[in-house]
Amino acid sequence: MSMDASTATPSPPGEEAVIRKPGLWSRFVDRFRGRSFLVANVLLAPTMLWLTLFLVLPLLVIFVYSFGGRGAYGDVELGFSLSNYTKAFSPLWLPVILRSFAFAGIATVLTLALGYPLAYFIAIYGGEKKNIFLILIMLPFWTSYLIRTYSWIVILRTEGVVNTSLSWLGVISEPLNLLNTPFSVVLGLTYGFLPFMTLPLYASLEKLDKSLLEAAQDLGANRLWTLLRVTLPLSLPGVVAGTLLTFIPAVGDFVTPDLLGGPNTLMIGNVIQQQFLSARDWAYGSALSFSLMAILLVGIFFYVRKMGSEDLM
Amino acid sequence: MKRKPKDQRTKAKGLRAYVALVYAFLFAPIVVLVLFSFNDSRRNATWQGFTMRWYGELINDGPVLDALANTMKIALVATVLATVMGALAAYALTRYRFRGSGLYNGAIYVPLVIPEIVFGVALLSGFNAAGVSLSLQTLIVAHVAFMISFVIVIVRARMSGFDRTLEEAAMDLGANEFQTFLLVTLPFMAPGIIAGGLLAFVLSFDDFVITFFNSGVGNTTLPLKVYSMVKFGVTPEINAISVFMLAFSSLLLLLSWRIQRQSGKPVVTDEE
Amino acid sequence: MGKREDELKVLFIKGMNEPMSRRGFLRRAGTTGLVLAGAGWLAGCGGDEGGSGDTEMSDQLNIYNWSDYIAEDTIPNFEEEFGVSVTYDNYSSNDTLLAKLQSGAAGYDIIVPSDYMVTTMLQLDLLQPINLDNVPNIENLYPRFRETPFDPGNEYSIPWQWGTTGIGYNMERVPDFRPSWEMMWDEQYSGNITMLTEIRDVFAVALFRLGYDINTTDEAQINEAKELLLEQKPLLKHYTSDTYIDELASNDTWLAHGYSGDVFQAVAENESVGYAIPEEGAVIWVDSMCIPKDAPHKYTAEAFMNYVLQPEVGAAISNYVWYASPNQAAEEFIDPEILDDPAIYPPAEVEARLQFIEDLGEATTLYNDAFAELRAT
Repeated sequence: MSMDASTATPSPPGEEAVIRKPGLWSRFVDRFRGRSFLVANVLLAPTMLWLTLFLVLPLLVIFVYSFGGRGAYGDVELGFSLSNYTKAFSPLWLPVILRSFAFAGIATVLTLALGYPLAYFIAIYGGEKKNIFLILIMLPFWTSYLIRTYSWIVILRTEGVVNTSLSWLGVISEPLNLLNTPFSVVLGLTYGFLPFMTLPLYASLEKLDKSLLEAAQDLGANRLWTLLRVTLPLSLPGVVAGTLLTFIPAVGDFVTPDLLGGPNTLMIGNVIQQQFLSARDWAYGSALSFSLMAILLVGIFFYVRKMGSEDLM
Repeated sequence: MKRKPKDQRTKAKGLRAYVALVYAFLFAPIVVLVLFSFNDSRRNATWQGFTMRWYGELINDGPVLDALANTMKIALVATVLATVMGALAAYALTRYRFRGSGLYNGAIYVPLVIPEIVFGVALLSGFNAAGVSLSLQTLIVAHVAFMISFVIVIVRARMSGFDRTLEEAAMDLGANEFQTFLLVTLPFMAPGIIAGGLLAFVLSFDDFVITFFNSGVGNTTLPLKVYSMVKFGVTPEINAISVFMLAFSSLLLLLSWRIQRQSGKPVVTDEE
Repeated sequence: MGKREDELKVLFIKGMNEPMSRRGFLRRAGTTGLVLAGAGWLAGCGGDEGGSGDTEMSDQLNIYNWSDYIAEDTIPNFEEEFGVSVTYDNYSSNDTLLAKLQSGAAGYDIIVPSDYMVTTMLQLDLLQPINLDNVPNIENLYPRFRETPFDPGNEYSIPWQWGTTGIGYNMERVPDFRPSWEMMWDEQYSGNITMLTEIRDVFAVALFRLGYDINTTDEAQINEAKELLLEQKPLLKHYTSDTYIDELASNDTWLAHGYSGDVFQAVAENESVGYAIPEEGAVIWVDSMCIPKDAPHKYTAEAFMNYVLQPEVGAAISNYVWYASPNQAAEEFIDPEILDDPAIYPPAEVEARLQFIEDLGEATTLYNDAFAELRAT
């Protein structure tokens, strides 16, 4: 970034703010189609380089596999067939894909319902203890995922915490079937992705100027109106970010349905995982993955457009 | 401080109660987890009695402690790298419009949509093809690769709507670009960076699939150790280590809060 | 290093004209990778490049085994006796082991795949032959483990432990239990039955029940099995290969399709749990020690294998993990409780009904597709 020791005189109000005597560096930079292009690229370079080397290139190899076939013992035979893609879009997987979207969607809505008030509270009422509250959210996740899930199993199972307490209180006479159901899978997803929703929301809400809220109230607005017309629009980028960071990984999640799910809660992540492991059909697994990725990327594009957050796209 | 009208105070109460419930939800399994760390049984299934032996075993269990150390090393380094790179990239993407920025914008979402197993396998194949032997370094590289996007998305959400006139005002007052960035923009970005960093840390700490495929001989992390135990029983020793982590982080938290308080000024956008 | 580059160039040119296996392709991609990762390449070389420990003990050994599948003092004793430092990493499924090796992960001297996985790995050229001159204790094995269907003569594998896949059941909740796969279709216990997630294991159950060969490649038979499994699906709690152990122990699952040693863990937690080998037959499996193709310390690995085949060492392992040992000479050192347990060491007439799962090559796709339909429907 430029570090010109310029002898700047404050420019008169109204004039273009950034007028200064160009230093050596700036003149050098201006040769390259304008400084913003250069600076931006310098800032982006490490990230893009990293992603290209360690993401795009390896993925290309896998992409090539998706046009191949399965060797007799599970190696990949290269080829140029689209058969894996046709298979990927077969009606067999439609319920699985729809189910994955549904589970992830419900979990996203739930995390929003839980996370928004939480983020709001920390941002607006947190005060000095803001970061404490934030870290408190993350604290449970500095343990092992597997153990947390086992603990949920202990809570939800037939003779688990919930059932035992409810029957002791006399609320139920027979244990509720909470585990290995769509309910437990959605619960697991909601729980696991709560931070993914809350943190972006917080980042966005935190910059809310509290005086705006007070002003609105001074002008006679009630709380709901303030929320809908002031807070929500201002925190929209956070909502968009949160929903993306929750929904997308949730769709591909396979551990949660594995551990907490039943025979009919298969999600697309499980299917893809199976292809790479037990079925040893990497070609098909790749095709499935890339198909899913394409659907998601297209979805993201339209979603972000619609929410008007061009800043995010 | 202006006295708030009564309905505002009520709202805060309702909100507080709700938030307390959310925290209760977050910590429900943790309570069970802590409890079961004292379970006198080799498995995590049924309560068989109280014992402290798992803590004793933990202290003597070299491999598990090594695994934890590896996990922390990787998570810390990767988080720092990803957060710095991601923050800069997010800044660049929000601040500058240029030819090709659309492509970069789209590229950010690709790591998010890739199924983990595909990423893990692809990266391993890539390392193998390039003749790179697996090590803690390759793990860090792998983790950073999937963490950056999360940081970028969060920081960008924060940056959205950033009032550029603040930057311009600073420069009018004599600051150069670098100083402006440091003293005006960066503090504004800070909550986003912290949020992104926290999330990135957790992503790295808990990662299994990508780590499994890209770990070299002897590079066991805690998730790898735990998942490999699944077949034969995840002993309460893992609960014990989790409790240890919780206690340690809570202590850090308490300490940092104390220090903050003692420094006198109420810090608004503060560091750790 | 120049030699390797030449090899790569040759392969590159060759590869232009023939359909290549993925290994070859990866090498071709490697030349591209070379350009990009020059430094990484250099870093990669110089490590344990060749198996030069062919006739000498080295001071390092890298073992990749199932978790908790070894007695507590097996490795420390080996380390002391031979002056070797052992790195012991774990995995928990054959499939992830294979996927990792297939993608090129290297550095392990010993891996312990299950029987059908040995076949797969041989076909994918991932293993190297064992120099049996260095493993004289191989004589200690039972004859049946010297001539396994997947590796007769132990050219590539030395058995570690073996077991069966049967039914873990809750004696109190299932008072009318009889050792038959039909119990897994009993509607009385709907919601408390689980099946494994391994494709071949699941189909084996149905095929046993139908009286067919579990290694059939007859599409009609496979479909029949699939229909039977579809009938079963609504009765299941879920498909799982590990949580059933805890579920049996906590009385959540009353009939579990499971591996013998796993069920015994549940038995240790819950006295009401038992294990049975159904009368229609069951899968017998054996995990074996193998040496991956690029193992850096081959001789040391063979020394370890020989050490494990000592009677006392083999017995110690069985006594700890409660699986059966393939080591005949170890019998005198094994806990009588284990030796006498018919579920661990089945009597001859039960043994006759046990079948190995074999890798079926091309025909695996039939099973994969049928299983996909089963899970998705």
